Amino acid sequence: MTRRVLWLPLVGFALLFAVVASGLMRPADRTVRSALIGKPLPAFSLPPLIPGKPGLSSAAMAGQGPRLLNVFASWCVPCVAEAPQLMRLKAAGVPIDAIAIRDTTPAIRRFLARVGDPYARIGDDRVSAVQLSLGSSGVPETFLIDGKGIVVRQYVGDIRPEQVDEILADFRKLR
Amino acid sequence: MRILLPIVLALSPAIALAQSTAPAALADTQLADPTQEAAAKALMETLRCVVCQGQSIADSDATMAGDMRALVRQRIQAGESPIAIRDWLIGRYGDYISYDPPLSAATSLLWATPVLLLGLGVWIARASFRRRR
Repeated sequence: MTRRVLWLPLVGFALLFAVVASGLMRPADRTVRSALIGKPLPAFSLPPLIPGKPGLSSAAMAGQGPRLLNVFASWCVPCVAEAPQLMRLKAAGVPIDAIAIRDTTPAIRRFLARVGDPYARIGDDRVSAVQLSLGSSGVPETFLIDGKGIVVRQYVGDIRPEQVDEILADFRKLR
Repeated sequence: MRILLPIVLALSPAIALAQSTAPAALADTQLADPTQEAAAKALMETLRCVVCQGQSIADSDATMAGDMRALVRQRIQAGESPIAIRDWLIGRYGDYISYDPPLSAATSLLWATPVLLLGLGVWIARASFRRRR
């Protein structure tokens, strides 16, 4: 009995070592995901940011079929990186609405002129209020909304070239 | 100056990329009513900044933390209870947003461990006192 008990500290150490080693080898996913997946888009109404491009409201998005909702900003570097992918999605027939976080009219104009404009509508979210109500934790983030206004999926971070086919497949499933 | 100019020009796109909008109205301004401000402050200390995940929104300098402080102060000012505001945020971001973990299947071990360890301590103490007798 005593002999076996003597091994207990070593067993405890080995267990702790295994936990720490596995944490080092496979770091935990620190992505903060929205808890709204499977739930209706919260009600919001944002004014337009640039002339000729309508603002965005949840009421206007309802009943228009599935679409992407891109949360972006002109000051966000990964948003520049994902722009070509959004242009490809738009070319493939995916409607994309956007919420611009903490942005200004001239900055957005310059940004769209530089990277292209895939957006049907852009809402002006000056103090991240709608971003917070979406459970979005940064820019860029993209939400897939179905025809009934339910949030189906969230793509956190910039959309990579290899993600485009997956997003297209997700979108076509909703039609 | 002539040497500096190219450097300034080279940096200007980076400067243009920086956020240019002002912080939200109540991000860094206390509420006029001290009781309300105290309630808001207490709630802000238990809410996690989603950008800088190790800090509460009361401690963080991130713009988004400022926007979250503004949201908390606005809602407290409008008479909403801190619990309702926390629940609203948990509905958006999940339990992760709160530093005060609720009892659930995932956190049950966290809550039960102190009790279990206390029980283990009592058991060991009893065993060793008995041996001494």
